[in-house]
Amino acid sequence: MTETDIRPTGSPDLSFPQDRTCPYQPPKVYADGRGQGPLSRVELFDGRPAWMVTGHAEGRALLADPRLSSDWGHPVFPVVVQRTEDRGGLAFPLIGVDDPEHARQRRMLIPSFGVKRMAAMRPLIQDLVDRLLDDMLEKGPTADLVSAFALPVPSMAICELLGVPYGDHDFFEERSRDFVGAATSAEADAAFAALYGYLHGLVAKKQAEPGDGLLDELIARQLEEGALDHNEVVMIALVLLVAGHETTVNAIALGALTLLEHPEQLEALRNDPGLISGTVEELLRFTSVSDYMVRMAKEDIEVGGETIKAGDAVVVSISLMNRDAKAYEDPDTFDVRRNARHHVGFGHGIHQCLGQNLARAEIEIALGTLVTRIPGLRLAVPVDEVPIKAGHDAQGPVELPVTW
Amino acid sequence: MRITIDRDRCIGSGQCVMTAPGVFTQDDDAVVALLPGQEDGAGDPRVRDVPMACPVQAVTISGE
Ligand code: HEM
Ligand code: HEM
Ligand code: SF4
Repeated sequence: MTETDIRPTGSPDLSFPQDRTCPYQPPKVYADGRGQGPLSRVELFDGRPAWMVTGHAEGRALLADPRLSSDWGHPVFPVVVQRTEDRGGLAFPLIGVDDPEHARQRRMLIPSFGVKRMAAMRPLIQDLVDRLLDDMLEKGPTADLVSAFALPVPSMAICELLGVPYGDHDFFEERSRDFVGAATSAEADAAFAALYGYLHGLVAKKQAEPGDGLLDELIARQLEEGALDHNEVVMIALVLLVAGHETTVNAIALGALTLLEHPEQLEALRNDPGLISGTVEELLRFTSVSDYMVRMAKEDIEVGGETIKAGDAVVVSISLMNRDAKAYEDPDTFDVRRNARHHVGFGHGIHQCLGQNLARAEIEIALGTLVTRIPGLRLAVPVDEVPIKAGHDAQGPVELPVTW
Repeated sequence: MRITIDRDRCIGSGQCVMTAPGVFTQDDDAVVALLPGQEDGAGDPRVRDVPMACPVQAVTISGE
């Protein structure tokens, strides 16, 4: 990265990320840059210039390019959110490492997320969703859809998948809620320490008395390969917990909000439940709950008529790639009948979401059941009064007051 | 049509199975595999979309 490079495209003054104003639309200021080509210039909070990739084809090519690194441990890896500036030298498995380290870790985990395994989780998720809705209907006719519904679904699903003993659910859920919902980094650190300690003990317990969850399989696989790396197993569990939690909560809550704001689409879905899987893909495209991904170039890369130089920071805008008119007709229209294929809501390349098929099952069952069981569901406050997350978080409502 | 899969590249995303479930499957390790007898694509037009759907270019198609 050299300060003297002059790159004429875009507005280097635009600071990234910006907050959304409408919960399901990309911030308007980014959209203004859409006409300028597949790449533009932005500035990170610490003043570092970055490329913002907004073209669908160019972004996919870049995400599949091994010259673009995800090595969070690199001393000058770009920092987008101030609270993550000090990562304390912790190694982040999967999401924060490049191949070949990444491939080794991913290979150990994919059996637990395979298509067949996820199909087997469906009845469990359905049962959970039914119970949550029974509860909500009994207490109704108002609720906060986030805390009563969107939050417990992924939280319980991930406990189930990891093999967290049932008796520990409450502790585990509370700490993970504190962790992802923390207002300050001190609060997040405290919750992180509690979770780390808990998982550390759990791994030791499972080593002595194996069960049949993901953690048990991971321990078995590592022992098969040689030695158990206790810290790695704990860190993988933490990454799964964080990555699988907040994103899915928001996908369910923002999905419900988007449907409620498009009544004719909601009606179409209610009349034809077969539309649910297409609806979920379109929601993933349209809402882009994970708004962006961060990378650093390891070598010079030519793309879209520009040269990304070695060392440059790159933010890949999921929300704008998903709204690229070259890839989707009427990209700003929410249409449950469209084919939203090749959306990048789960990313692209070797880091494409490990939990995507679990997330699909959760969102599909949660929203499909919600709209059929509570046909009169509506917002309890005007939509512009729904509080939403800041631009650097997973996108979605903080709370979603509903009535029926 | 001939389908070639690169099992070393595969990251187990399941996009191929989702796109053309009559042709692609995952083995016990959740790595891509072709269903027996379907290696020629079984006349399923959705197979054409799989190379683009795969996040890591582990699937290629040659011939008509
Ligand atoms: C794929 C997505 C993500 C992964 C794999 C991930 C992983 C992690 C891990 C393992 C930590 C703990 C290490 C540490 O404390 O330094 C961490 C820190 C943290 N993450 Fe994430 N994260 C993801 C997305 C998010 C999102 C969407 C949010 C926002 C709601 C978030 C909020 C936090 C917070 C608050 C901390 C506390 C750390 C600090 O204060 O520095 N993370 N992340
Ligand atoms: C709607 C819900 C979800 C969304 C929108 C989402 C989004 C994403 C995105 C965009 C990435 C790529 C990050 C990058 O390339 O830098 C990612 C990676 C990842 N996600 Fe998800 N995710 C969701 C649910 C889940 C669930 C349920 C789990 C696990 C239980 C999970 C676990 C992971 C992991 C482990 C990675 C890193 C994979 C790797 O580096 O190989 N996610 N996710
Ligand atoms: S789409 Fe590609 S990465 Fe995903 S399971 Fe199929 S071959 Fe593997």
